[in-house]
Amino acid sequence: MGENNISLILHARPVRVPAKALRYTHTFGLGGMSLVLFLLLISTGVLMIFVYEPSPERAYESILYMQQEILFGRLIRSVHYWSANLLIAVAVLHMLRVFLTGAFHAPRQSNWIIGLCLLCLILLSGFTGYLLPWDQISYWAVTICTEMLGYMPGIGQLLQRVILGGAEIGSATVINFYALHTIVVPLLLVGLMTWHFWRVRLAGGVVVPRDPEDDPNVATDYVPFVPNLLLREIAVGLMLIAFVLLVAIFFEAPLGEPANPGVSPNPAKAPWYFLGLQELLLHFHPVFAVFVIPLVVAVAMVGVAYLSYDSDLSGNWFLTPKGRRMAIVAAGVALLLTPLWILMDEFVLGSSGWLPGAVPIISNGLLPCGALVAGVVAFYMLLKKFFSASNNETVQALFVLFVVGFTILTVTGVWFRGAGMALVWPWQI
Amino acid sequence: MADIDKSRRSFLSRILRALGGLAVLEAGWIAASFVGSRRRRPSTGEGTGVQVAGPVERFELGTVTAFREGEFYLARLKDGGFLALHRKCSHLGCTVPWIKDEQRFVCPCHASAFDINGAVLDAPAPRALDLFAVRIENGIVKVDTSKLIRRSSFDSHQVTRV
Repeated sequence: MGENNISLILHARPVRVPAKALRYTHTFGLGGMSLVLFLLLISTGVLMIFVYEPSPERAYESILYMQQEILFGRLIRSVHYWSANLLIAVAVLHMLRVFLTGAFHAPRQSNWIIGLCLLCLILLSGFTGYLLPWDQISYWAVTICTEMLGYMPGIGQLLQRVILGGAEIGSATVINFYALHTIVVPLLLVGLMTWHFWRVRLAGGVVVPRDPEDDPNVATDYVPFVPNLLLREIAVGLMLIAFVLLVAIFFEAPLGEPANPGVSPNPAKAPWYFLGLQELLLHFHPVFAVFVIPLVVAVAMVGVAYLSYDSDLSGNWFLTPKGRRMAIVAAGVALLLTPLWILMDEFVLGSSGWLPGAVPIISNGLLPCGALVAGVVAFYMLLKKFFSASNNETVQALFVLFVVGFTILTVTGVWFRGAGMALVWPWQI
Repeated sequence: MADIDKSRRSFLSRILRALGGLAVLEAGWIAASFVGSRRRRPSTGEGTGVQVAGPVERFELGTVTAFREGEFYLARLKDGGFLALHRKCSHLGCTVPWIKDEQRFVCPCHASAFDINGAVLDAPAPRALDLFAVRIENGIVKVDTSKLIRRSSFDSHQVTRV
């Protein structure tokens, strides 16, 4: 019986793994870390279901009760809180790792898409969990996010009503979010994760790092899964659990004042992982900020796996030394221009937009977006010209440009936006 | 004979697939109506009808009175007209307080500002504050909080006069 169980687990994993794929800096164990965080979330989440009461009248009180009366209540909630936040960060880093080691080419194309869906579900999970404590932060963050959704042309208003279960946040919203957070999203996550892992297995494990001078016909060295990979995975998992426990012990999950629909806090911010979007909203017309730009990004993220590439380079970080140099240039450009754009918008243009007097959708939408697209195209041309690079390398550089730019938007939203969403220094918030 | 058999089989399997699809649609429809029909249950906290605000004389010219329950402000304009303004900012839904000294609504979230008519004074708010319908019966002001009226800007037809 015991042996059968072990062999079931072992069958989910390969018997032998490429020796080169074991190097920690090749994957940083980010996928496995996501799984460990997910398991932590499930185990703490299931416990909290026994205490939490999903209604506007009882939600906040039940959290207080959990914090004050239940043994280990604070610890369980804090572990859940930190695992959730960490999972979002780790899953994004995992996506970056997969992209930057070129692990999205065939036969991993469909797994790239599954991974993107998983990332969306993780964000949805974080967002639906955000409302449940029913404190001021959760109430207003969810208000802002669902209102952002309302700007989607055509279906926005309807979508907003469906998610809220009415005209505004109320008992129907709490039930909706509770059901999504505790049942629907976790089930979908388990299903997609299983598919994700199975596709990794089909592709023969993680992408194998290759030196450019390696002969592709020479087979790589294989070592047994037990103990080589298994021990490494256990070590990473245990260290991660220890880290989350330490953080949870010393930094308790926050709980603010109970939700008060009559008073908005100042500033009112979305959850940190949506602050990049909220920052976009300060610079672009809502239709562009919450619809056009995210749509373009989504299409690009999916499409990137199905472009035809000059070479089938994969396995090495940043592809080639030239790819690495180009990525550094792209990161530098984004690091310089994104803050410049934010500052210019704040202090030079103000709220009137790029063409004072014109309709907002032109002065705040079409014009800045046109400028953005022109800038990206110009950057692409310059890269092509100066590096005479393969399109693998240029696409990678554009990806880095986007990721660094969006990261700066998020950082600005988290640390540099104070009362009335004015630009401030982090210590002035 | 074999051909007939083949086409019969593919016909049957096509019917099976169609039936399967139909079953999925049906199940989806049942689930959607199950979840969707909850909305018709009147829930607490949401405006469910007409709120009596009080006699006309109670509201002085050029003042704004907050009604917490109905989630609106009753504005009595300088010319004696009434407007019931929803308290939600038209930008991202924050609650806008009335700043009496400045005679304007100022949103704490993104600094949008509105005048006593609910018209936009400062962006980023894209539209004037939403309205509830006001009627005056026998000198009593009543506000229908069951239905929000969206508007892009202020015009004098929106005002209810005595």
